[in-house]
Amino acid sequence: MKNTKVIVLILLISMLAVFAMGCGDDRPVINVYNWGDYIDSDVIKEFEDEFGIKVNYSMYETNEDMYIKLKQGGSSYDVVIPSDYMIERMINEDMLLKLDMNNIPNMEKVDEDLLYADYDPTNEYSVPYMWGTVGILYNTTMVDETVDSWDILWDEKYADQIIMLNSQRDSLAVALKRLGYSMNTRDVAQLEEARDILIDQKPLVYAYLGDQVKDTMIAGEAALAVVYSGDAVYMIRENPDLAYALPKEGFNLWYDSMVIPSSAKNKEGAEAFINFMTRPDIAAKNTDYIGYSSPIPEAIEMLPDDLKNSDVAYPDSDLIQNTEVFKDPADIVDVYDRIWTELNSH
Amino acid sequence: MMKRTSYPYLAWILIFTIVPLFLVLYFAFTTGDSQNFSTFIFSLDNFKKFFTPIYINVLIKSINLALVSTILCLIIGYPIAYIISREKPKKRNAMILMFVIPMWMNFLLRTYAWVTLLGRNGLINTFVTKLGFPALDLMFNEKAVLLGMVYNFLPFMVLPIYSVLTKIDKSLLEASEDLGANLMTTFRRVIFPLSLPGVITGITMVFIPAMSTFVISSLLGGNKSNLIGNLIEQQFRWTGDWHFGSSMSIILMIFILITMALTSRFDKEKEGRGRGLW
Repeated sequence: MKNTKVIVLILLISMLAVFAMGCGDDRPVINVYNWGDYIDSDVIKEFEDEFGIKVNYSMYETNEDMYIKLKQGGSSYDVVIPSDYMIERMINEDMLLKLDMNNIPNMEKVDEDLLYADYDPTNEYSVPYMWGTVGILYNTTMVDETVDSWDILWDEKYADQIIMLNSQRDSLAVALKRLGYSMNTRDVAQLEEARDILIDQKPLVYAYLGDQVKDTMIAGEAALAVVYSGDAVYMIRENPDLAYALPKEGFNLWYDSMVIPSSAKNKEGAEAFINFMTRPDIAAKNTDYIGYSSPIPEAIEMLPDDLKNSDVAYPDSDLIQNTEVFKDPADIVDVYDRIWTELNSH
Repeated sequence: MMKRTSYPYLAWILIFTIVPLFLVLYFAFTTGDSQNFSTFIFSLDNFKKFFTPIYINVLIKSINLALVSTILCLIIGYPIAYIISREKPKKRNAMILMFVIPMWMNFLLRTYAWVTLLGRNGLINTFVTKLGFPALDLMFNEKAVLLGMVYNFLPFMVLPIYSVLTKIDKSLLEASEDLGANLMTTFRRVIFPLSLPGVITGITMVFIPAMSTFVISSLLGGNKSNLIGNLIEQQFRWTGDWHFGSSMSIILMIFILITMALTSRFDKEKEGRGRGLW
């Protein structure tokens, strides 16, 4: 009995201590919601020290996850970092606040070519965080031809050596581009044609993977994979046998940009955070850590040579042609869903 | 009269079982924008959509895979439970502990471990090729999914059978021997029938998670052939159609209820005394 009393006492004291600590921390707070494994945590620490603002950092795995969480309400976030088409949808649904650019002077550091994109034509809602492409990662010990076309993913020579992305849009985009269509097509016949060639391809596919593709390709367990350029940078760093190619039929160009949702409680803190992340030295540090492509030229100059000169992260401008940025599929989401289920259940 | 002490539990059941269940039912029988209650209208479309060949095929495949893994668990698990239950208490507790310890680790982590074991250049294949054999194709197929299921759910089969077997009155076995039955007959006529409640519990406890899993088929199956669990996940996480997702959950629940009803009837016919574990 005596023991239990002691234990209860200890518990009470520790709970009080936690409360006391919570009360002691009366710094303003911002809630940041970002993709998993997509920031250098030291950068958050530096922001907290410099601005005296506490950062509550949480993560999501897909744009759709994040969208549903925000749409449901109940939780308030000050900074979110969705992709292009999701920003378009959120602007259309009045889910974002206009940014006060006076509070984000570092905006002028951002590469102008990356601003005023279709998803935010007036550039009032978003500040680019990272950008990249979707291409083919291949293992040079297993593939000794030139990789420059999506066709190679349908080559029977590589049966059971091909990894596709486990993502409706990204996989359909590959098929649509191979057929010469737009990846934003709203024509159901074209989408079904894309589905049919993906079904033809299925016997050759080793697996449809998400983040798992990284370990599999680094271990040299497959010859070809469709990947995001930022992940390609990381994988090539880990396994130098790997190389990355951008298909000539065209490919997806994507942006992840920082926005402030309308549920934000600390808009000024959020703008301070966005401005901080856009500061060249901070952007350089963050980019060096995650390996994706920075939209800030001054930051790129500060990167280590292997990253700065990487063709994967910063391809020559003549390679970035035939690109398309995803648009919000909006009312044809159910067509994508049906087509993806038909492929998966085939 | 309900005892006052049971109120907290009733509240718990109400908040965490009854209310969510009704929400799932409500979503299943409506359509509209999943995030906006005011757009909901009563509809059976979700069920109509489900009863088309693609979804039915996925359901059949899931049932098949769950059945096969349940049978495998039973075939592997029963002898294990039997052998352990015959040991002296001290040794047998240690053996059961060995069986339970891996379950202290996160389920996802244990499944992920198989990814590194089964991969083309994984541990098993490195060993196989060192011995001079060609590498085996172990990953991203139905066999890998089955292996993942049997590995993860086997303890749920062994534990209930074991706990029933250890409770069997030893004098019954002696009586059977006295009456001239050999070991085989004793097992067939005495031990096995008495252990049935454990077997039934084991079957339900393996079949239900095997039927609804989506993590195993995704990690070890490479998303090549979806199970019903994957389709439900897809509705909630990608497509955002909670109505269709809920109706699939309801259909899955109905199938689980049917299996439970079948097994419990079987249980009563055989036992009659209601000695099941739960």
